[in-house]
Amino acid sequence: MGAQKKVAAAARVRDDSEDLTRQRLQAIVLADSFTTQFRPITLERPKVLLPLVNIPMIDYTLAWLESAGIEEIFLFCCAHSSLVIDYLEKSEWYSRSNPNLLVRTIVSPKSTSVGDALRYIYEQQTETSQIQGDFVLVSGDTVSNMPLADLIQEHRDRKKKDEKAIMTMVIKKQFRLEIGSDQIFMAVDPLTKQLLHYEEGNARSGDVCLDKSLLNSSNPSVLVCNDMQDCYIDICSPEVLSLFEDNFDYQHLRRHFVNGLLVDDIMGYKIFTHEIQSSFYAARIDNLRSYDMVSKNIIQRWTYPYVPDINFSGNRPLKLGRQGIYRASDSVQSRSADIGASTAIGYGAKIGNGGKIFNSVIGNGCCIGSNVVIQGSYIWNNVTIEDGCEIRNAIVCDGVKIRAGAVLQPGVVLSFNVVVGRDFVVPAFSKVSLLQQPTTEDSDEEMEYAGSSSGTADLLSGVNNLQLESKASELGPDGTGYIWKVCDSAHDEEWKHSVVPIPMDKLADITRAMNDDDIDDESVVPPSGELKSDTDSINTDANDDYGYFEREVEETFLMAIIKDDVDHVIRLINSRRFAYNMASADCAGAVFYSMMRLAVNTPHNSARELYRNATGVITKWKGVLGFYLKQTDEQIEVIMKFEEMCEESAELGPLFAKIVHFLYDKDVVQEDAILRWGEEKAGADECDKVFLNQCEALIQWLKEASEEEEEEEDS
Amino acid sequence: MDFQVVILAGGFSSNLVPLVSKEVPKALLPVANRPVLSYVLDLLESNNLKDLIVVVEGEDAALKVGGWISSACVDRLHVEVAAVAENVGTAGALRAIAHHLTAKDILIVSGDIVSDIPPGAVAATHRRHDAAVTVMLCAQPVSGPSESGGSGGKDKTKKPACDDIIGLDSLKQFLLYIAKGAEIKKDTRVKKSILCAAGKMEIRSDLMDSHIYAFKRSVLQEVLDQKPAFRSLKEDVLPYLVRTQLRSEIFSDQNNVEENGNGNGKNNMQNNEVVLSQILSNASLPSFHQVYESGLDSRKTHKCCVYIADESKYFVRLNSIQAFMDVNRDVIGDANHLSGYSFSAHHNIVHPSAELGSKTTVGPHCMLGEGSQVGDKCSVKRSVIGRHCRIGSNVKIVNSVVMDHATIGDGCSIQGSVICSNAQLQERVTLRDCQVEAGYVVCAGSEHKGETFARK
Repeated sequence: MGAQKKVAAAARVRDDSEDLTRQRLQAIVLADSFTTQFRPITLERPKVLLPLVNIPMIDYTLAWLESAGIEEIFLFCCAHSSLVIDYLEKSEWYSRSNPNLLVRTIVSPKSTSVGDALRYIYEQQTETSQIQGDFVLVSGDTVSNMPLADLIQEHRDRKKKDEKAIMTMVIKKQFRLEIGSDQIFMAVDPLTKQLLHYEEGNARSGDVCLDKSLLNSSNPSVLVCNDMQDCYIDICSPEVLSLFEDNFDYQHLRRHFVNGLLVDDIMGYKIFTHEIQSSFYAARIDNLRSYDMVSKNIIQRWTYPYVPDINFSGNRPLKLGRQGIYRASDSVQSRSADIGASTAIGYGAKIGNGGKIFNSVIGNGCCIGSNVVIQGSYIWNNVTIEDGCEIRNAIVCDGVKIRAGAVLQPGVVLSFNVVVGRDFVVPAFSKVSLLQQPTTEDSDEEMEYAGSSSGTADLLSGVNNLQLESKASELGPDGTGYIWKVCDSAHDEEWKHSVVPIPMDKLADITRAMNDDDIDDESVVPPSGELKSDTDSINTDANDDYGYFEREVEETFLMAIIKDDVDHVIRLINSRRFAYNMASADCAGAVFYSMMRLAVNTPHNSARELYRNATGVITKWKGVLGFYLKQTDEQIEVIMKFEEMCEESAELGPLFAKIVHFLYDKDVVQEDAILRWGEEKAGADECDKVFLNQCEALIQWLKEASEEEEEEEDS
Repeated sequence: MDFQVVILAGGFSSNLVPLVSKEVPKALLPVANRPVLSYVLDLLESNNLKDLIVVVEGEDAALKVGGWISSACVDRLHVEVAAVAENVGTAGALRAIAHHLTAKDILIVSGDIVSDIPPGAVAATHRRHDAAVTVMLCAQPVSGPSESGGSGGKDKTKKPACDDIIGLDSLKQFLLYIAKGAEIKKDTRVKKSILCAAGKMEIRSDLMDSHIYAFKRSVLQEVLDQKPAFRSLKEDVLPYLVRTQLRSEIFSDQNNVEENGNGNGKNNMQNNEVVLSQILSNASLPSFHQVYESGLDSRKTHKCCVYIADESKYFVRLNSIQAFMDVNRDVIGDANHLSGYSFSAHHNIVHPSAELGSKTTVGPHCMLGEGSQVGDKCSVKRSVIGRHCRIGSNVKIVNSVVMDHATIGDGCSIQGSVICSNAQLQERVTLRDCQVEAGYVVCAGSEHKGETFARK
């Protein structure tokens, strides 16, 4: 089929670039996305090998790059690198003696981000294998059929004119509002297509802030888009690699690198965008929702020629029937089974009587019993589904057994070899794996993946144990597998990233949330003058800053006290203080706050014990406090801070006066500070004076004491 | 006529001191020997907008303006003059005359515009979209209006950089964002909700608000009533309407009840699904307002439209002394179709009753008013000279405006200056970039540059 075309494409590329010094067209393919969206599946198999309409994702990417005229591909593997390499060795990519395409693999199990990967590639370059010129940077989960030669040429031409134009980003008009994926707001110069602003995030509310300098006389117009999609296909100049090398803190390609370049006006590097024509397709699979969408697009032939009925990567082509039904020639299907539109059925699949299957993909070697309903689901290879099961909007991995009468509710993901027990109902959005959920769930998503490669081995060894263990698993009496718990915060988000169509009420919620935001926003903006809102936001920024600072100090403090060294604690806290540019008083407040939190968090049964805890902490760490409490003002700040804490905590409230007294006894706060605090507070509202009243006795006593002293001095 | 036109003619604008005075409010400042207001009136008349209310700040100014109008065009137009208190702002002025407003739509025009943009086009756009407000935008002069006027490069740099920053949708029909460049300190903040709805927004700094607005009367009055703090149409009312276009708080009374009354119940439910699927399939339908309007949370929207004037059109607001100079120069120069005069073969206008001395030359792009006398060996270039001026001999006048009844002694040299009416320059005065207040006397032989002469 496409052999001729490939040659033609390659030839054309050669013609185009002949005037340049001959450069091989190179591409870097990241066979690892450094995210955890596909867990638990990706614990056992790398994402790029997951089947997309029965063909591994990486094949789509490689086939596309090959036909686009790329001659050398650096395939970067990280997690499960051996599996990826094994697969490639078996597939045609290595074995095929294709003189036009050279695939090299680079393995670095330690990389935890795109940044690490590119740095590693940069370091590993040798004479024989190196990035020579402009290259295409894509991840191994990209499905596209766009031509690259012209785009690379465009990039080169631009680069020749402007040294600083080092990257061209491919963007595409969004046909659907994708709620699952992040919203991207970008600002582009409508004439030159230079990227001026890039912002991604889930927030559909709030403001997009464009720097004022973007608009000037030479550039009177800026296009802000929300309806474009970032395809994560970049044409990069070699500078990109060295920039990653120079900026060792760049991790994420967009968040750090792109935004870093846009903000940095010293180097003046520029990024340009290229909007692909609507007749071409480009998409990246970065979560289950996009997996669902791209699968459907493939079935609907948007990605032609990368469709199931064409052999583009050594796959066995399926036969396309009417209504977009793809069928393997040897699949066996009962006459009474009802196969609906937009469905693909793999080789050796057997479908029993009375089944209803539509909008789904059935893998090779699947065995489906009678009266099974499968809708909008992705069944991978060698899955056994017994009679009477009902599967809606689920992903079922290789080797899964679903016993008779079981039901998968929408959004379920069954990882490899899971067994669902008879008549068991798997609750919606649950993720099931033979592997236990890693207990130390890192919040930092980039960190997670790094751990996984080593962790998997341990987990895998656990699989055997599991099978030995009692049969009563979480999936019914005759099932095996663990249902992963979803952390609370993520639970609400689960529906966004699943293969389930977005429910109406959620959609309404989103719009409502936007609406609410508007109203909140409105209350901030005063009716007259936009300027005020600015100052408001600055204030909140400062508050936020302080909030972060306080939290960091608390963490630092808790970490530091393990070492039991006052100087050490001070040193660490000072480093935080300079990082946030905080005054000494703020530090004192934050330190005291941390101390009190420590006291409160230490187990206690009564107020007495709490008091003892508090005094203990104070006695031990008063050196730290003392360091920041040299001025009366700072001491007052601490008292105020404490007052604030007491207002919030019912436990601490009654102890206020006692602890203040204790602080006085320990010379942490001076009597001046207490008295001045009392004076300041004297004018406050009655409700604010709760703690002042508590301290009345103390203040009275202090006053008398000082008067006595004065008298003594007088006499 | 169902469009009512309000002309905001201002009062004694402090920007224009010393050109304006108790005798001459801003609206009556002469541009090529005609009050600036007459240009607006002509413009409106040519668009068949004849039902006008001229709003003037201050009783005195109103009397003056009223007097002029009744003498000049009472026969052609139906003009009412309303006086409002000084310094109430544009929104305040409209509030004060609200009881005069009866038509469905109101066209608001600033009284200091010299332009050939058709206001009728704004009205038509407004009607076509059934908009709450339609704003006329025109190209920002790149550097000094109509630079080919040829007064040299110096005033090009003077142009203050207070551009408007304007966000438009992809079809350039709707106004999604507006801010004054000077107000934005660092960031332009665009609301994501509007951006999400519109899909794309083009932010332009090369357009400016021309101070010609069409408002729906109900909307305008509602906003003015609800937000008593709003002072300025441009800075308060318009940004407010733009900001809230996707969740309109206006029409909260009668209209809302009406629409909810008949359409709610079942209709809403049906709509919901339609809208949701629309949102799913494509968030940026051309009329994104409708998508928002028809369903969710019975949210109301209103449209803020724009009409972008053709770049070839002339537009200047007379709001600074520099603008005054520019307008005078342009109206007898490049934009002479605005002046309504017919030019002589020398591209100038010398009134038949004016008297020129021997060897006096009046260059192209000049104007010499009725009954003025110019002595011998004078040279007048690119200047406007008013009525009944007396100009001595050996006088050089370049790029200047001399208003009615001014007296200029022998041997004076005037460049880039404004001499107001009844002012007197004694012999051998040299002025460059100066303004001389009405009735002021500049002593003989003095030389000045860039000064303002006014009685304290």
